[in-house]
Parts: sequence; C-alpha cells; structure tokens
Amino acid sequence: MELWYAILSVLPFDWAQPGHMYFMKNALLAVLVITPLFGLLSTMVVHSRMSFFSDALGHSAFTGMAIGAICGLNQPMGAAVIFAIVFALLFNLVRRRTALASDTVIGVFSSTAMALGIFLSTMNGRSFTRFNNLLIGDVLSVEPAMIGVLALILLLALGLWALSFNHLMLSSVHPALADSRGIRVFWQETMFSVAIAVVVTLSMTWVGLLVINSLLVLPAAAARNIARNMAQYHLAAVLGSVAAGIAGLMTSYYLSPSAGASITLYLAVWFALTFVIRKR
Amino acid sequence: MRKLKHGKLTAGCAGACCLKLEGLSVRLEGDEILEDVSFHLHCGEITALIGPNGAGKSTLFRSILGQISYKGSITFSPAGGPAIRLADGTATGGSRPLVGYVPQSPSFDRGDPVSVLDFFTAATAKWPVWLPIPRKYRERAAACLSRVHGEDLLDRAMGALSGGQLQRVLLALALEPVPHILILDEPLSGVDIEGEHQLLEMLDELRTQYDLSILLSTHDFATLGQFADKVILLNRRVLKAGPPDEVLSSPEFYDTFHLRMGREGER
Repeated sequence: MELWYAILSVLPFDWAQPGHMYFMKNALLAVLVITPLFGLLSTMVVHSRMSFFSDALGHSAFTGMAIGAICGLNQPMGAAVIFAIVFALLFNLVRRRTALASDTVIGVFSSTAMALGIFLSTMNGRSFTRFNNLLIGDVLSVEPAMIGVLALILLLALGLWALSFNHLMLSSVHPALADSRGIRVFWQETMFSVAIAVVVTLSMTWVGLLVINSLLVLPAAAARNIARNMAQYHLAAVLGSVAAGIAGLMTSYYLSPSAGASITLYLAVWFALTFVIRKR
Repeated sequence: MRKLKHGKLTAGCAGACCLKLEGLSVRLEGDEILEDVSFHLHCGEITALIGPNGAGKSTLFRSILGQISYKGSITFSPAGGPAIRLADGTATGGSRPLVGYVPQSPSFDRGDPVSVLDFFTAATAKWPVWLPIPRKYRERAAACLSRVHGEDLLDRAMGALSGGQLQRVLLALALEPVPHILILDEPLSGVDIEGEHQLLEMLDELRTQYDLSILLSTHDFATLGQFADKVILLNRRVLKAGPPDEVLSSPEFYDTFHLRMGREGER
C-alpha cells in the first residue's frame, strides 16, 4: 500500500498528498480493481442476455448477508458468498430442468431470495435500517485487505476469461452448435453464473445493491454501440468502466454523493454518447 | 447441377464407408419422437430428410450427434474398416467419426459485436477472442472460409450477414476439421434463390472433394431432384426412402403433406 500512496503523491490533488486521506486513496485503488472486473464480466452478461439474472444475484447476496448476520457472524461476507453460489447453482439446475422461460425462473428466484432476506433481517421486530449501507454502498470504507481479495478475484476472472471465454461465447450463441463441438454448455453457464455471484456479493458493500447491476450492464451496453468485434467490445467496456469509476469517485469526493450512484451516472452518460455516435 | 450417383440405396455397407442407423427409437418425456428408424448413409452421397414439422428431423440429428439417448444402434464404418458404435462413444477398433453440424441459423442481433473471425476462432482455437487475434488464426480462418468461397466475410459482423452468407460461415466451421459426416439442419430456409444455388453447388463440390456423407433436412421439394441422391420421408417413422423422383411421387409423400394426387393421380 505504501507504494500506492507514494505513486499517488505525485498527483496534483489535495487528497493525494502524503500523510492523510488514506480512505480516499484506498477507495481509488478499490475502484481501479472493481471497475475492470465489472467491465469484463459485463460483456458476457449483456451478450448472453443475463442482466436480469445478475440483478437477481444481487438480491440473493443481500439475503446471504442477512443470514450471515443472523448467525451472529462478524463478517457475514463469507456466508453471503456461499449463499450466492448456492443460489446460482440452484438457478441453473432449475432452468435446465424446466420448460419455463429463463426470465420467469429468474423472477421466481429473485423474489424468493428478496423475501427471505427481508423476512430474516426484520424478524423479531428488528430494524431494517442497519442494512441501508448495503443498499447504497460505501466505497470509502474499503480496507486494504479487502482490496487484496478483490484483486485476487480480478485475477481469477481474467484466468476464467483466458481459459473459457471462447466456449462461453459459443454456448450463449448456439448451445447445440457448442455441444456438437464438444463444449459442455451446462458447466460453462454454471461457472459463469458462479463467477458473477462471487463478484456481485463481494462488491456489494462498496458499490451498493441498488446500483450494482448497472455496473454489469452499462459498460457492455455502451460498448456494443461502437464495437465491431470482440476485442473492441472488451476494450470499450473495460475502459468505459474504469473511466466512469475514477470520475465517479472524484465526483463523490468533491460533491459527496454515493460513489456507486456517481459511477453509474457517468456510465449512463457514456452510454448516451456512444448511442449518439453508434455504428449504423 | 451435376448429379453423381454412387452406391445403391438398398445395398449394405460392404467396403464403402457408411453410417448405419438400425431400429433407432427416441422417447422424450413419454412421447415417441422416433420409432424404429433405419437407413444407411454412404460417403459421397447427399441424403435429404423431409417431413412435416415435428416429424423428428432435429431429434434424429441430435441422436447422430450423440446429444440425446436413444434405443437402437448407430454405427459408422470407415472405408474397409470395422464398424464403430456411436451410442456410447466407445470405438471398437477405430475412432469415433467426426460429425460436422450446421445448425439452423443461430439468431445474431444486428448489433452483436461478433465478427466472423471472432466466431470462427472461438470455435476452433484456444486463443481467447477478446484479445486481438494474431495473424496465425486469421490466416487459418481465411483458409477455412475459402472452402466456401467466403474469405471476404472475415471481418463482417455475424449479425450483418445475409442468410446465405451465414450458412456458408457455419458450413466452413462444420468443415474444420473435415468431418466424415456432415449434417445440415434446414440449410435452405432463410436463404434466397441465389444463395441456395451457391450452397447446393458447394455441397456437391464438397462431397466429391472430401468424400463426405451429407445429410440435410429441407422443406424445399422443388430442388430436391437436382441435388439429392436419396430422399428419406420421415414422420416419426421412415415412411418412404429412395431416389427423389420415386419418393416425391409416392402416395406416402402425398398423404403426409395432405396433397391431392396431381398428375400421378390422373393416370
């Protein structure tokens, strides 16, 4: 971290000077880890029409947090991650076994998870307000250890992308064709949804449940407006995501709104811009 | 279109390479989709599968591709070699035949940022296509596309291709690696007359060049006689199999498609 603080001290911002404002410096580093991660995952979320699914995962992560809190854990994060993974696996299994449309299955899961979360967190007349920070998120409270975990997740996601993006893409384009070429479509989809589950759950505390899905949709949605192939698509999504992340954090520093909301608004502007100049 | 007659329909597989379906039955969720289907496919022959919607054509393809379980047997004998059962994938004295599959056109959105090169590389190479694609893979994709005269499509977006162009890209993909059997699921639907002509000519070229057995499903009866060596009329069971003119003038064909006996009936 010392190295990071030293690098920042060359920047001409008052918070970047040595000796103070560590929360801001940590937050910037966290944003620089989280935003490329979301940019990367968003490409496939949008490509395989899973934006509703990732939204539902956010809800399940909240429920996991509530369960963790009930069990009296100091860090409900672990319980939340496990719950989100179970949720993702169960969802994939049910979707495979039923003739219902995917969005219907998601609706069933999403509402169940949300109801369970609210039920557990308000049981015995407890107040819901202590979960407010989960809804809005607060990136300024991120700790160096957590940034390390997020960086590890980013590396894992890059590994997953390097190894199985091709198969994932083919599975989403045409399952039967992918199958005929020896790709195990079910496992590809499952791995990807577990990856989203982990990322959404771990980032929720910093980004906020209410806006987290926008980070999984907007970067790629904007990138689609201008990209003609997969490399451009990824580049535009990741760059857009990182730029909006930095801009959003700065705005949040000077005007004090929630960082998650600011980042989302910058992404929305980025989407509007790309929409105007989109390829015809 | 040139016609290449090769092998007798009723003959066994003696010597020549051949895919043999015997007593194939498939039940899905209690419904009998296919019942006691038997036929042979010979190398270098184009076989057209016709039948009403829901006749089990796609199910038959999926059985050959090994995607669903079935009763009966599907065996493949390479030229002069021993027969290989496809069911469990265990080869007895040989390796599983490669089956190239051209699916019904997948739906790409116009705006999908997937170029033909991306699509091709994703399906044939390990290189992750979200990184810029090296020249090596580009050249390989171009070489594969040249088999279907589609080199110029390399940088086009998949979603912007016409029906015929998309079929050619999918065909090029099914030919990499060159399979023993090529299956096309309604390759002529959504393809204009020009594209249809090109596609059929290409199939004719491929079967002689690579000695492929080609099995395709179609609803386009008018052109059957021009390219198919054999037609199989399927509706849960094989109702009629034989040369195109024989099947198309059979009472089974007229019954299946609720047509009145036309010229044939006035005799």
